Amino acid sequence: MSAATAASGAVPATPRSHGSLSRQRRWALYGSYAALAVFVVMFLAPPFYMLMTSLKSAHEISAEHGNPWYAHHPVLSNYTELLTSPAFLMYFWNSIKTTVVVVIVSMVISVLAAFSMARMKFWGSQTIATGIFLTYLLPESLLFIPMFQIIGKFGLINNAWSMVLVWPTLAVPFCTWIMIGYFNSIPRELDEAALIDGAGWFQMLMKIFVPVAMPGIIAATIFAFTVSWGDFLYPMAYLYSSNQMVLTVGVVSDLVRGDVFQWGKIMAGSLMAAAPPVIIYAFLMDYYVAGLTAGATKG
Amino acid sequence: MAQVSIRKITKAYEGAIQVVKGVDLEIADEEFVVLVGPSGCGKSTTLRMIAGLEEITSGEIWIGGNMVNDVPPRDRDIAMVFQNYALYPHMSVFDNMAFGLKLRKFPKDEIKRRVDEAARILDITPLLARKPKALSGGQRQRVAMGRAIVRNPKVFLFDEPLSNLDAKLRVQMRTEIKKVHQTVRTTTVYVTHDQVEAMTLADRVVVMNGGIIEQVGPPQELYHRPRTRFVAGFIGSPAMNFIPCRLVNGGDSLSLRLSDQITLPVPADRKARFAPYKDKAMLLGLRPEHLTELREQGKENVVRMDVDLDVTEPMGMETLVHFHIDGTPLCGRVDPSAPAVPGTRMPMSADLNHLHLIEPESGVIV
Repeated sequence: MSAATAASGAVPATPRSHGSLSRQRRWALYGSYAALAVFVVMFLAPPFYMLMTSLKSAHEISAEHGNPWYAHHPVLSNYTELLTSPAFLMYFWNSIKTTVVVVIVSMVISVLAAFSMARMKFWGSQTIATGIFLTYLLPESLLFIPMFQIIGKFGLINNAWSMVLVWPTLAVPFCTWIMIGYFNSIPRELDEAALIDGAGWFQMLMKIFVPVAMPGIIAATIFAFTVSWGDFLYPMAYLYSSNQMVLTVGVVSDLVRGDVFQWGKIMAGSLMAAAPPVIIYAFLMDYYVAGLTAGATKG
Repeated sequence: MAQVSIRKITKAYEGAIQVVKGVDLEIADEEFVVLVGPSGCGKSTTLRMIAGLEEITSGEIWIGGNMVNDVPPRDRDIAMVFQNYALYPHMSVFDNMAFGLKLRKFPKDEIKRRVDEAARILDITPLLARKPKALSGGQRQRVAMGRAIVRNPKVFLFDEPLSNLDAKLRVQMRTEIKKVHQTVRTTTVYVTHDQVEAMTLADRVVVMNGGIIEQVGPPQELYHRPRTRFVAGFIGSPAMNFIPCRLVNGGDSLSLRLSDQITLPVPADRKARFAPYKDKAMLLGLRPEHLTELREQGKENVVRMDVDLDVTEPMGMETLVHFHIDGTPLCGRVDPSAPAVPGTRMPMSADLNHLHLIEPESGVIV
């Protein structure tokens, strides 16, 4: 700082001061922090409001006076009642079992697909790779009606396991795309070395590609988990009895009876539903970023 | 241990672009052969065809008496060292070296014995537990060599293994590779674009250019008796001088007329060979070490030549001098004590015992 000041002082002839580098940098930092603060408020205000509402009694929520952003008499009853309700626990369990199976199925498919498209340059592999990405661009709202027919043909309407067929259509294309990018960033000499060392294609995949591409696999896994766990439209369309519902739909349909909204429980349920992805992101954020940016920086 | 035969192999991409145009080569058991040439000459492609990483468009490759055209790389019993090392980044040095043996279901104690032995040869025993990212470039290259040694294959293939190392380490690893070959005596095919590497390592050097072999021979033979202009210019640093000249009758003998001022006599033993090219435009090839400060006057076929120096480059043990004759730039190597000053005239000796005469159109040395 002092050196910079001395330097700018040593040039008295300059008609207008342009400021030192460190000063410009400081202003850039202030600006960044101000912008970030706005975003933090924007994004964290709704969850904060949810948290406050979930801590209020039904009486306090409907009260016309008082600051709505603050729980004056916090209660945990919304949480305890949900956690002791068999229906809510059933939704939770349905969400967990279907999501876990979907993640495993999606990852197996996309790792195998990505490996074959990144390395086994077969006829039409480029076209298929592009095709996979295009399927990702199709919106859910367009797919759910034909998919309803297919699920119906299988006799899986109102069966939580139908999600195992449905959700991979969201997860597989994107995961495959991430994995193709990651596998492409692995130098070709590595497979040639493995080939000469005596590995077959499958050994090459399991012993070289999967361990080396672990950040990419973690990123894709997180993505598959997030889309399955948080999906609303498909379970809304295909599941209607209470014992088959998953969390996203269950919370809303069970806690809204006619025109009665149990806001405290809705918020408590939503927060608990959001917890697993948040926890996973918190621990694996670095891998997620590394996986999504692979190929951009890796040689 | 095995010999390798390469018979008329070609490689064409997409049917049209031919990168290897009929290469024939017999490599003896325990021989160290270096393929050298400028980039794009087909040397790496040839090596990769031996490895089985590239399909052969036509021709045959035999390793140890078996035709391997349709044999996958893992069944060819070869080991390869890559330019960028290609170490498995998630495995320790030990596991990197053991990988091939594990895949081939060797017993554990045999794997350990072999890896320890290779590590001892390469002096990397203390590094066995480390991951590749914790190694320096030279250490990585040793591990890559170790991975080849433990397999005890019929043939070692090296694809520009030293290109990623800095100059000093390259020289050191060069010696190391030679030492390893003297220890394990495995037939070796080594690809490089660096002619110094080729000369120092090889039992025989294969000079390639434009998809064909220009010349095969021991390093000294290529240096002293190149058969084409390309080999003459490629082997040796600084490169051989090529001076346009005309073969003329000078009295009762032949001479080489370089310019209006300079005419050099053709040594007596070459007269018969050169005679058919009389009155033709030719190229005189003379290595820089045969253009020296004035010395060995009176020795047969050493002639004096006065030149105007353009630039001098003191190298310590010698000084390179650059000058020109009729616009053709030339380089000579003079003793550092010789009075070589840029911009002055210097008397020099040309040792014509070592001259080469090249027919310009065909590039063939007469």
